[in-house]
Amino acid sequence: MKAVITVVGRDSIGIIAGVSAECAKYGVNINEITQSVLSDYFVMIMIVDIDGLVGDFSAFVDAMEAHGKSRSLEIHVMHENIFDVMHEI
Amino acid sequence: MLNVKAIKETVNMIREENLDIRTVTMGISLYDCQSDDTGRLCDKIYDKITTSAGRLTSVTRELEKRYGIPIINSRVSVTPISFMAGGIHDTDDCVRIAKTLDRAADELGINFIGGYTALVQKGATDAAKVLVESIPEALASTGKVCSSVNVASTKAGINMDAVRAMGKIVKKTAYLTREQGSIGCAKLVVFANVPEDNPFMAGAFHGVGEPERVINVGVSGPGVVAAAIKRAGDCDLTAVAEVIKKTAFKITRVGQLIATEAAQLLDVPFGIVDLSLAPTPAVGDSVARILEEIGLERCGAYGTTAALAMLNDAVKKGGVMASSHVGGLSGAFIPVSEDEGMIAAASCGALTLEKLEAMTAVCSVGLDMIAIPGDTEADVISGIIADEMAIGVVNSKTTAVRVIPAYGCGVGDEVSFGGLLGTAPVMAVNNYSPAKFVSRGGRIPAPIQSLKN
Repeated sequence: MKAVITVVGRDSIGIIAGVSAECAKYGVNINEITQSVLSDYFVMIMIVDIDGLVGDFSAFVDAMEAHGKSRSLEIHVMHENIFDVMHEI
Repeated sequence: MLNVKAIKETVNMIREENLDIRTVTMGISLYDCQSDDTGRLCDKIYDKITTSAGRLTSVTRELEKRYGIPIINSRVSVTPISFMAGGIHDTDDCVRIAKTLDRAADELGINFIGGYTALVQKGATDAAKVLVESIPEALASTGKVCSSVNVASTKAGINMDAVRAMGKIVKKTAYLTREQGSIGCAKLVVFANVPEDNPFMAGAFHGVGEPERVINVGVSGPGVVAAAIKRAGDCDLTAVAEVIKKTAFKITRVGQLIATEAAQLLDVPFGIVDLSLAPTPAVGDSVARILEEIGLERCGAYGTTAALAMLNDAVKKGGVMASSHVGGLSGAFIPVSEDEGMIAAASCGALTLEKLEAMTAVCSVGLDMIAIPGDTEADVISGIIADEMAIGVVNSKTTAVRVIPAYGCGVGDEVSFGGLLGTAPVMAVNNYSPAKFVSRGGRIPAPIQSLKN
């Protein structure tokens, strides 16, 4: 099972490090990162594997959002199913 | 296979274009609560509802978190209370049931509960008469109970005795809730061809052919459709219809996902997805703005009915393929007070009651959330209802009337209901009297279904 993490906010040093550390803490493996910085604006989409997730998915979502708030970033975590149903027939 | 373009599109729909699940509604049968003692009946109803839907809000919150999509409302609909009130001859006893429903809704943490309902298209049982009579008091003494009365159908015709009664009931409800902008009328709908699996309030109830419990989901997403049309640029209407269809497909797929997962988590069968474009008063969440994006200066201009017909049809075509079971009201909603673009169009005079009536011939529901002057006669309201019922009955579609004769208000005033119910500019009505027509009573016979022209 996979999930998508989106991170948006003002660019600063260590954004990816911070998000990755949270993922590692919850046993979430990063599969793919697409990231860019436009006019100091940081945008990242991470596709992660949640098969080894420690604890339940809601707790991971809360932790990532809390991490985002602490660094003034908007972080959202969404289960892959929503993308699959919407874009595949 | 996940790709960045698809991820960006989905995230954008949710974060920027107000895509949400409007409601997850659990339908609950109350047949096993029958009792000849009102107190016992109320206790059983309360227990059945709170036991059946005890986990509803926690499950919707969990799904909201898992998929990162807002689920705006969790709601409950129940068996029409007129079926439950067989032995009740007193309006006070009916109101007691309404208060029980309200208490159950409070306990569950839901914002509305539907089913204070009577089906009287052919005639009213004694219980239905008492229930209809009790509606004003029931809506004035509760906060979350929604009421609906089906007064017409294509197979039965129009029950004009019920239409006449409902004009008075609407007026009385407005009066009894006058301190809150006559808000009681926002929770009361008069229907023709009412669907029995509708998840949307105020018209939701758990129909006679439904299972013990069921999960029905209503989607939303006018902002997503408007944005997609904008991105499509200067294309012709064939292309616009295609864009709407594809967008409706995507919106509905999310509804289907949430519906099946909610049903599984609650161990309740999945009923239907209601393919609706349901607006809110928020900017960027308006059906009127879709019509304007298609090319009208203002919603209500000539061309509005045609544009709405195309929108409604395309939403259905796109949505039907996205869901295994479709039902409810399915189509574009045009509630004036709940749609920022409709409010603007009505306020500047572009949108009139007559145009709205024409629009209801080609889309979901009917004259919805429209504030009219508080001094509008009950007969005039009955006339409005009769016209709207005729559109539904003759065209074999659902139509409804939810008008608010805002007590003490006149044309040009505004009435605010708060939250998703929004703000309504009081619209002018034609006050020439239909009193004699309405007072004749009886039934308008069911229309012929052949010789269509």
